[in-house]
Amino acid sequence: MTTPTKDHVELRSGAYADSVTLLQVSRAVQATPGVVAAQVAMATGLNLEVLEGMGFDIPGSSPNDMVVALRLDADADVPAALAAVDAALTPTRPTGGDTTIAPPRTTGSALRRSAPDAITLVSVPGASATVEAMDALEAGRDVMVFSDNVPVSEEVALKRYAASRGRLVMGPDCGTAVVDGVGLGFANAVRPGRIGIVAASGTGCQQLLALLHHAGETAEGVGVRHALGVGGRDLSSAVGGLATREALRRLDADPDVDLVVVVSKPPAPEVAEALTKETGALGTPVELGLLGRGQRDLTAVAEAVLERLGHTPPEWPVHGADNTGPATGPLLRGLFVGGTLCDESMLMASAALGPVRSNIPLSDDLALGDDLLVDDHTMVDFGDDELTQGRAHPMIDPTLRNEQLARAAADPATGVILLDLVLGHGAEPDPAALLAPAIAAARRDRQVPVVVSLVGTDLDPQGLDAQRDALVAAGAEVHLSNASATRRAIQLIEGAAR
Amino acid sequence: MSQPTVVTVGADMFADSVAGQAVDVERVDWRPPMPGTEADLAAVATDPRRPDANRRAVEAMLGVTAHLVDVAPASEVLGLEKGQFLHAGPPIEWARTSGPLRGALMGGAALEGLVDDPEDAVALFESGSSVSLEPCHHRSAVGPMAGVVTPSMWMWVLEDRATGRRTYCSLNEGLGKVLRYGAYSSEVLTRLRWMGDVLGPLLQAAVRGTEEATDVTGILTQMLQMGDEAHNRNRAGTLMLLRDLSPAMVSSGSDAGFDSKDVADVLRFVGGNDHFFLNLAMPACKLALDAGRDVPGSTMVVAMARNGTDFGVQVSGTGDEWFTGPAQVAEGLFLGDYGPDDANADIGDSAITETAGIGGFAMATAPAIVRLVGGTVPDALATTRRMHEITLAENPRWSVPVLEFMGTPTGIDVSKVCRTAILPQINTGMAGKVAGVGQVGAGLVTPPAEIFPKALAALAARVPSA
Repeated sequence: MTTPTKDHVELRSGAYADSVTLLQVSRAVQATPGVVAAQVAMATGLNLEVLEGMGFDIPGSSPNDMVVALRLDADADVPAALAAVDAALTPTRPTGGDTTIAPPRTTGSALRRSAPDAITLVSVPGASATVEAMDALEAGRDVMVFSDNVPVSEEVALKRYAASRGRLVMGPDCGTAVVDGVGLGFANAVRPGRIGIVAASGTGCQQLLALLHHAGETAEGVGVRHALGVGGRDLSSAVGGLATREALRRLDADPDVDLVVVVSKPPAPEVAEALTKETGALGTPVELGLLGRGQRDLTAVAEAVLERLGHTPPEWPVHGADNTGPATGPLLRGLFVGGTLCDESMLMASAALGPVRSNIPLSDDLALGDDLLVDDHTMVDFGDDELTQGRAHPMIDPTLRNEQLARAAADPATGVILLDLVLGHGAEPDPAALLAPAIAAARRDRQVPVVVSLVGTDLDPQGLDAQRDALVAAGAEVHLSNASATRRAIQLIEGAAR
Repeated sequence: MSQPTVVTVGADMFADSVAGQAVDVERVDWRPPMPGTEADLAAVATDPRRPDANRRAVEAMLGVTAHLVDVAPASEVLGLEKGQFLHAGPPIEWARTSGPLRGALMGGAALEGLVDDPEDAVALFESGSSVSLEPCHHRSAVGPMAGVVTPSMWMWVLEDRATGRRTYCSLNEGLGKVLRYGAYSSEVLTRLRWMGDVLGPLLQAAVRGTEEATDVTGILTQMLQMGDEAHNRNRAGTLMLLRDLSPAMVSSGSDAGFDSKDVADVLRFVGGNDHFFLNLAMPACKLALDAGRDVPGSTMVVAMARNGTDFGVQVSGTGDEWFTGPAQVAEGLFLGDYGPDDANADIGDSAITETAGIGGFAMATAPAIVRLVGGTVPDALATTRRMHEITLAENPRWSVPVLEFMGTPTGIDVSKVCRTAILPQINTGMAGKVAGVGQVGAGLVTPPAEIFPKALAALAARVPSA
């Protein structure tokens, strides 16, 4: 028997909360008795599409309005559901202990009250990030811009100003940094050591952190002192390595850093060339890990670092290999939350299997349109700017990727599904709890092999072992190295073609 | 690089994550900027001229000391001729003038002998022949409320000794039925004539006869510590001015032919008018702000003014352009039987005090007036603290004892107003809507929000392309 449901939609103008908070609010409200579905979100274009997709009828609104959309068993459930919305929204704003002193409203105002060496971490929507970052630089402080969707012209303006004052801009579009052991944004908890990382790539940095940490269990002295994420576009022609140069200068000057590693998404050739020349002139040795066709993968870079420090690289762990049967079709589907991991897998897969279509394609002719599932090998980066406008990063909000996982699994052409899962500070407290059921569901009908690269350490707040075990139990084969996971997926597809 | 403390702006999750690593975190209570301003804010933020331009504008403003150097008729010091009228706020034509500005212009026309009966002036202003209207601000002057200045009115003359720059303001008439609130009865005109015949000339004799020119900026420093915020409360300032001028009023006044009754009348008039010093505070503020004008790239507000119809701002980086919107009606307390329906929209150049960082911005220092303008002492402290969110500097000279001698918030930044949607807080008097009524109350008001995005867009349009 189906019972009729009741939709309740209201707009709250003047109300605002960030997308992460609203996701938590939506989840809390969904758990309220009588609530069938709940979505509390700012009325951005992408969120309105999601709401319409859920069947809600949304009145005219602006992106500054908050939409409360509830589907309920009955009219009588409305008050309780709204009370749950209000309760979930209430504790999100810090109130400050002293009633006469309101919290600061701008970064500049906060910096007037804070320690002279304070680092600013900016994670407001991209259109407003530059203004906050500029406050920090103007106050003579370093800044990390977690926000994505920051126009490249603004990135250049920020980094030029920073360079003129000897300040460092970390990010945008690379949400990872470790500064003297403190993780900012998405960062893995690692043992301290004498390696410094400069990363024009967030998940590339995390991959390196995770591999080096794992190797450090047996290789004495292997650990990371600083990992400075300089932004995924820093080595593009437009930005020209402005922040990389400052980060290298800092690490070179740090007597506690013995070896510097530079890791990047595929850089602009002329910028890579200039960088290679400049790093050769530094006092501290530099290992370059710049992704590209014919270049080493990130795991090979980690191995080279270990060898330089006099250690033999370990076997990178793999779990759940028994789960994986033969490929169920001819095509490889990679669904990533990490852009650099997606890049790395594409480079490897296209060398072995031929063209790979993507929303972050290796060349323009391989671009995917709105339909992310086509009759080719595909790899999608769900962390790309276009898919995060007006919503949280997929490391926090897995909805879009999980939907696509179900679609890919249902496609008879899909032979293997390749996924990543990234742990660390800033990521979901229990991401496997959201991904494992989706993997299990994907494998239910056709036993599609699912290979996962799990980027994380045993010090991460989520617990590496528990996350891995949940994925293995759901039927995935789990690798610590993304390159190793990708090789495994390629091998399965090649086996099916034979 | 060593273990950092962290300021976070944005998702609480990242602040929690940093705090979870046992690192000190200061969280910014960020909210979206005024709608549609994101791109202009980014353009202005990354204007390479801005940081230095604002520093220069602020330093120039804070570097000014206003001295009282003369008192003289507007015809002499402003070159104002018969038929020329100055008024408060941005430019306006007769057809759009509000009741109090009309009343003041009508009274002014009668004072100058252009008409016998103020009521006859309506036809004169409607015809527009042989009369002209011009903002006080365009002649280095400021006028409280309607701010009407005519050639025969006597003006305070303030000077910045370092540059020789001067500003001007008329003499304060007192409260209630007065010209600046739009009243023009015979009692109002009689008082104005006495001010022209006795008050102005005696003050001139006193100022010219005082050895040390009165340091108006210095009096402001002291009065702020004595419970005046120098907009709605000027009691301590008025008495300090009297202390400085009264000896010379007696000695130079008698040399100039004034008898002891005149001197006594003037002392009684000034001492009995708690707002007398406002007309010195205002040009002192304008003198400081004018020094911060015309710095390319600067986002500092250099004037806020209202004509009873429009509220206008001028910004350092955009020259003499006015950005205007409809003036709001203040919230506050009313005299006698008057109520909100009787009040005209906000009027006067006196918001120059807030522009310079006193008045509503220094509310915390004036607990005695907090209730008059509708609030509690904690509200007053919070107001001053809140204004620091939208200003570029603290004025080290103007400090607030109850806030640990923190300087008053000074130099309104257009971009910070747009970022925070916090509007400047203005303490104000309320004029009656109908010409001739006079004052009906006092209270709190803010500018219309839309003028700040307009000014921001003009600043963004002037950013040189990279």
